[in-house]
Amino acid sequence: MKEYAQLYWAFLRIGGLTFGGGLAMLPMLKHELVQKKKWLTEEELVDCYAIGQCTPGIIAVNTATYVGYKRKRVMGGIISTLGMITPSLVIITLVAVCLQAFIENVYVQHAIMGIRGVVCALMINTVLTLAKKNLKNAFCYVIAAIAFIAAHFCGVKTILIVLAATAVGIVWELKGDKK
Amino acid sequence: MIQIAFSLFWEFFKIGLFAVGGGPATLPYLMELTRKFDWYTMEELTTMIAVSESTPGPLGLNMSTYAGFETLGLFGGVVSTLGLVVPSVIVICVIAKFLDNFNENRFVKAAFNAIRPAVCAIIAASVYQVCKVSLFSSEATGYTPYIKTIILCIVVFALLQVKRLQKIHPAWWLLAAAVVGVIFKF
Repeated sequence: MKEYAQLYWAFLRIGGLTFGGGLAMLPMLKHELVQKKKWLTEEELVDCYAIGQCTPGIIAVNTATYVGYKRKRVMGGIISTLGMITPSLVIITLVAVCLQAFIENVYVQHAIMGIRGVVCALMINTVLTLAKKNLKNAFCYVIAAIAFIAAHFCGVKTILIVLAATAVGIVWELKGDKK
Repeated sequence: MIQIAFSLFWEFFKIGLFAVGGGPATLPYLMELTRKFDWYTMEELTTMIAVSESTPGPLGLNMSTYAGFETLGLFGGVVSTLGLVVPSVIVICVIAKFLDNFNENRFVKAAFNAIRPAVCAIIAASVYQVCKVSLFSSEATGYTPYIKTIILCIVVFALLQVKRLQKIHPAWWLLAAAVVGVIFKF
């Protein structure tokens, strides 16, 4: 019982104290899980992070489930995930309530128009960073171009594009075998 | 209400199952929801992104809570977020139990070599849409640009290319943007 509480509390802290999720979470995970709790070695953390990244879903949640599972099986995975989502639920709900109350206010409107500009700048920057990291060779560029055309011009559903890419990746690998 | 709660859960369950690449990868799916349901608008999505980026917690979780809250209040936020994480919990527990070297498997690696660039392109397409509704007001006559917002966007984007400024947390940029917006009456 005590260990479940510890899992919940550790991931609640991680969820509540990191901004942005994904990569931003790694230093915090290392501090809490490797250095403080000694639940994992640094190599194990990198492994479970890698698994969190190459499985569908929110990376932070995947990592939380994996660590929880390794400690305390399925129940551990569930408890850790609940810890991870608690701060988001509480904080976002509070912000949303405040925003709903003030959204008609003229100053809030001005502020939102400014914020929109920065959101766009940040998002474009995110896309550029992702592209730099993930587009490494001609194969990647071709896939990206086809996916962009499918999504932007043909309105193909995101799920279908992801599934098609999965198939292409596997077929490409098998084709390499024959040669 | 139960019906909406159920479709919230189901839609976010699908996002959790198919969004590969974490937070930003949920964006294309969230955008698809604006076309399929009247839960929130594209403009509200921009505000959602701003709120999610400037509060602690993973981006994807923040977005699902916000979207659920906009649709069905506190209960909606809880339902959407649970929908988003349930597939993760199932998939990860199965992988942890049965596959020791899941991320070393050559087919998993091969699949991801193709998924990553594809997801990157889909996110780019969604960002284009978000920028379009954020920087232009759509009217029957066509698109009218919000000049001040566009200028701020370009300035901040240019500043973000400076290495030393990249370490600044997004929340500070958003706060500064709010102040600039109020002062210059955007």
